[in-house]
Amino acid sequence: MNAEVRAMKTPAEQALSAAFATARGTLPGKGAVAAMREGAFRQFDTRGLPHRRVEEWKYTDLRALMRDLYPVAPPPDAAARERVKNAGKLLGGVECRRLVFVDGAFAPDLSDLTSEPGIAIDSMANALSKSDPLVAAHVGQTFATDDVAVALNTALMGDGAVIRISPGAAPKRPINLVFATGSDKPTSAFVRSLVVVEKGAKVTIIESHESGNAQINAALELVVGDEAQVDYIKITQARALHVASLLATVGAGAHFNSFAFTSDAQVVRNQSFIRFAGEGTKAAIGGVSLLRGKDHVDSTLLIEHAAGHCESREQFRAVLDDESHGVFQGKIVVKQHAQKTDAKMMTRALLLSDEAEADNKPELEIFADDVVCGHGATAGALDPGLKFYLMSRGIHEKEAEALLIQAFIGETLEEIAHEGIREALMIASLKWLGTRS
Amino acid sequence: MAFLEVKNLHVEVEDKRILNGLTLSVEKGQVAAIMGPNGSGKSTLAYVLAGKDNYKVTEGEVLLNGENLLEMAPDERAAKGVFLAFQYPVEVPGVATMTFLRTALNAQRKTRGQEELSTPEFMKLVRDTAGHLGINQEMLRRAVNVGFSGGEKKRNEILQMAILQPRLAVLDETDSGLDIDALKTVAEGVNRLRSPERSMVVITHYQRLLNFIVPDVVHVMANGRVVKSGGKELALELEAKGYAQFAGEAA
Repeated sequence: MNAEVRAMKTPAEQALSAAFATARGTLPGKGAVAAMREGAFRQFDTRGLPHRRVEEWKYTDLRALMRDLYPVAPPPDAAARERVKNAGKLLGGVECRRLVFVDGAFAPDLSDLTSEPGIAIDSMANALSKSDPLVAAHVGQTFATDDVAVALNTALMGDGAVIRISPGAAPKRPINLVFATGSDKPTSAFVRSLVVVEKGAKVTIIESHESGNAQINAALELVVGDEAQVDYIKITQARALHVASLLATVGAGAHFNSFAFTSDAQVVRNQSFIRFAGEGTKAAIGGVSLLRGKDHVDSTLLIEHAAGHCESREQFRAVLDDESHGVFQGKIVVKQHAQKTDAKMMTRALLLSDEAEADNKPELEIFADDVVCGHGATAGALDPGLKFYLMSRGIHEKEAEALLIQAFIGETLEEIAHEGIREALMIASLKWLGTRS
Repeated sequence: MAFLEVKNLHVEVEDKRILNGLTLSVEKGQVAAIMGPNGSGKSTLAYVLAGKDNYKVTEGEVLLNGENLLEMAPDERAAKGVFLAFQYPVEVPGVATMTFLRTALNAQRKTRGQEELSTPEFMKLVRDTAGHLGINQEMLRRAVNVGFSGGEKKRNEILQMAILQPRLAVLDETDSGLDIDALKTVAEGVNRLRSPERSMVVITHYQRLLNFIVPDVVHVMANGRVVKSGGKELALELEAKGYAQFAGEAA
């Protein structure tokens, strides 16, 4: 029996319902968009926040973690804008086109909107209000899921980016979506972005989240056209409750690389729903999480091979110190007609403390008969043999450990094609290591 | 006093006694060969000198230049000049050989209160040393020992030894797994490092290595202690007669 009688709603659930009731008249988008919001809200209203008895949310009990709803962030004032002026600093010298969102709202004055052939940029609020055909064609259509966090995002989505890269276009600079908390009070934000990369186009998209005391529900719908080449990098530093969903559909003969870097994260859940819809695509889906204190980072993947002859590599690593908790759930589904699928998933957790916990749950669901699929998972401490080898050469214990941790992280960062971004993330990792007690 | 003094050393590994009252002196500048059958405790001696965990010293002492070696962490021992060439050098994925060498050398120098080597100085040192050992730039860029052949791993050990310039080098079965050409290259590398200031302990099962690295003294180990010592001719005698003559000793 899965049917659940839900007599009691938690304060957070009640507050979410109230927030929707208040906002439904003023949220951007009428007609089909408004109907989509209503449908999504009903999904949430029936099922409530996901909790530990919902298989996909077993290790990240959102109902328990979200005691209350913070007020939905008001439009940022001057002080809030001032507070975000250093946001995205982690990327340092990497030259990007920055699009800045303060407390979930697009800040055109802080963004680089110089025109460039092949790139069209709008804000989601604006695109929803004017019934933009791109939004009508894709928002809510990229990946069908009944996930409640996604449904909540759809119901309450406020602002975000809408980006279209024209067929064959190749913007010189990566596009960096910077989401930062500007408010000095606890707030919540529901951000939704759409990136459509047309046939044969080539682009690097970076999504940076720097959140203070906030509740963030972020979703990005990503359409990767046939023969397109997309590198997507998500950088999350959130002293917040942060739930982010990537909903992606990838065409034929494409190259798609996705990488998630998470550090300094109070509660972060990155869930990726990726469908390979055309043949001959190559994809690398990876990530590294650095956890300490009571940090909680959950990387959940649903990879759907819906077309044959695609290769995907899923490689996730986590470094866990103190009493932190890392979760990896990866599910690869190979549809019946997706013959010659080649999918390999590997997850490794490096435990630096006896109190740290890593939960790894890899799953394969294969309906085709001619495929190569595999998965592996390891969790363990630093190899004492390696540590002794380094120390026997005169390297101090802490330095030997740092070198080995750095190597563990570095091997995964190697996946990132863009040198500047790779280096910036290595530096961020070293900084994190440097403050290890 | 000899440079290395091992006195009545008793060592247990996982409650099993491996060294059983071992006494050994190695003079400054001396090359001492340690031979013995499998299981006689040769590698245990090497690990105890380098400071590996899980080797429990229950009795005895080890003095290096008069200092108590057993109280020091492995990195402190290295800074005092102890170097172990591993029988099975480990692969260190993700750590480039160059980074490793530089980190090690500078850590030792720092511990000794010396200045770190500048990048050009360090690069020159590595290039010159690696050349002698047939180690090319490509190998130096790779992660430590990852994808190296057995011979390459052993040469990499000698490269580290040449860069770190230890005062006591312990070579644990450096000949194992090497063909004759690789053995010659490695032995030449070791011989270049012979110096009146450097003591060496060359551990081997076979006499073959000692044709190339000619020792000043030979010690025979059996059942966790030294049972016979002599000149280099002792190695030849062992090669002819085998270790059977020591089987019953020191039990």
